Amino acid sequence: MATSVTAPMVGKILKLEKQVGDTVQEDEVVLVMEAMKMEIFVSAPVSGTIKNILVEPGQSVQADDLLAEIE
Amino acid sequence: MDSALPTALRALGLGLSNLGVGEAFMLLVGCLLLYLGIRHRFEPLLLLPIGFGALLVNIPMAGLMEEDGVLRYFYETGILTEIFPILIFIGIGAMIDFQPLLENPKIILLGAAGQCGIFLTLLLALALGFTQLEAVAIGIIGACDGPTAIYVTSKYAPHLLAAVSVAAYSYMSLVPLLQPGIMRLLTTSKERKIVMGAVRRPISRTTKIVFPIAVTLTASLIAPMGTPLIGMVMLGNLMKESGVVERLKNSSENEITNIVTLLLGLSIGATMQAKNFLRWETLMILCLGLIAIILDTAAGVLLGKLMSFLSRGKINPLIGAAGISAFPMSARVVQMEGQRYNRKSHLLMHAMSANVGGQIGSIIAAAIMLSLIQGLGT
Repeated sequence: MATSVTAPMVGKILKLEKQVGDTVQEDEVVLVMEAMKMEIFVSAPVSGTIKNILVEPGQSVQADDLLAEIE
Repeated sequence: MDSALPTALRALGLGLSNLGVGEAFMLLVGCLLLYLGIRHRFEPLLLLPIGFGALLVNIPMAGLMEEDGVLRYFYETGILTEIFPILIFIGIGAMIDFQPLLENPKIILLGAAGQCGIFLTLLLALALGFTQLEAVAIGIIGACDGPTAIYVTSKYAPHLLAAVSVAAYSYMSLVPLLQPGIMRLLTTSKERKIVMGAVRRPISRTTKIVFPIAVTLTASLIAPMGTPLIGMVMLGNLMKESGVVERLKNSSENEITNIVTLLLGLSIGATMQAKNFLRWETLMILCLGLIAIILDTAAGVLLGKLMSFLSRGKINPLIGAAGISAFPMSARVVQMEGQRYNRKSHLLMHAMSANVGGQIGSIIAAAIMLSLIQGLGT
């Protein structure tokens, strides 16, 4: 059962800290977004392996958009 | 002919030979403001012209603030008439986005709580012997909003303008240092970890257009003295949201704001002459301003706690700290503090709602005070 990583707010993807296949610990940063000229660190809700990343740097996202999946 | 040359040469050093201790000290203060603005990027757009203005007016015999002095013209035509702050308000309106507030209207309450410091500090200033009008100008530092503070002070206590605006702008930049401690002190570890969901509610264009008109009419009818302030902010905002006067909106947020910011900063710096600025009152105003901002933060966080309790733990009380209108600094502080205690917590947008609420709150608080003063007949 995959767990979703969703955008906490509207903004832009700045950089990916993890790639598909990487293992992550809970609360480890998966990617960095920019909102209101501020860096927002989006972290993993659970520990596991990154199964899928659905965004790339430069892309705009809305709040609650699916960014990545962890298994 | 023989004695003319030495006399003429002596005139060259006139500035130096007339330099008093006060002027020398104010030259250092000017340099300090320049240092804070350039090196530490504390509100450089204002501190740089203010600091340089302070240097210019403290050079003896230069006469920039004397009758016919060039800075005196700027001061009299722009500040005493309130034209500069009013023009800045149009620019602020054109830049401000009320979306976060419209998405989450109950958060505006935090913006109201963030103004408590204004009124408490006003009472404190009265107790310390300042006159009513001076106390109003000092309390307004607690609005944590430079242009509002300048507007109110230039109207009622222009002799305190330098102290009030320096306090307002320097404390605004110190928000990231001042707030976290108070936020920590007043909240429990459990409260600080509360995760608030993402904000997502579409706001129609009509709502965004009607909002500035409705606020202007309601607020101005309640507190008519505040109409210039609220009216100009909302005019700027209406130009932005209507989308039909792009050129006017662009000039307001860029050229007009830039030109006026330069002249405003320079004119404020020009009021920092040693004979006006080096007084006990200045020191007291700086202290009272600090108290005002601490009280604002505390009131916001405490109301946040109450809202957290009433919502059964759905609201993180930290966002209350963003109820002061230091925009967007205090919203950023809230996001950072939230992250520090819980990596899964993202409070930025909720804090932005409170922050925008605080901006409206401070303008309305100023409007109410102006109307009350008029009511008192002073």
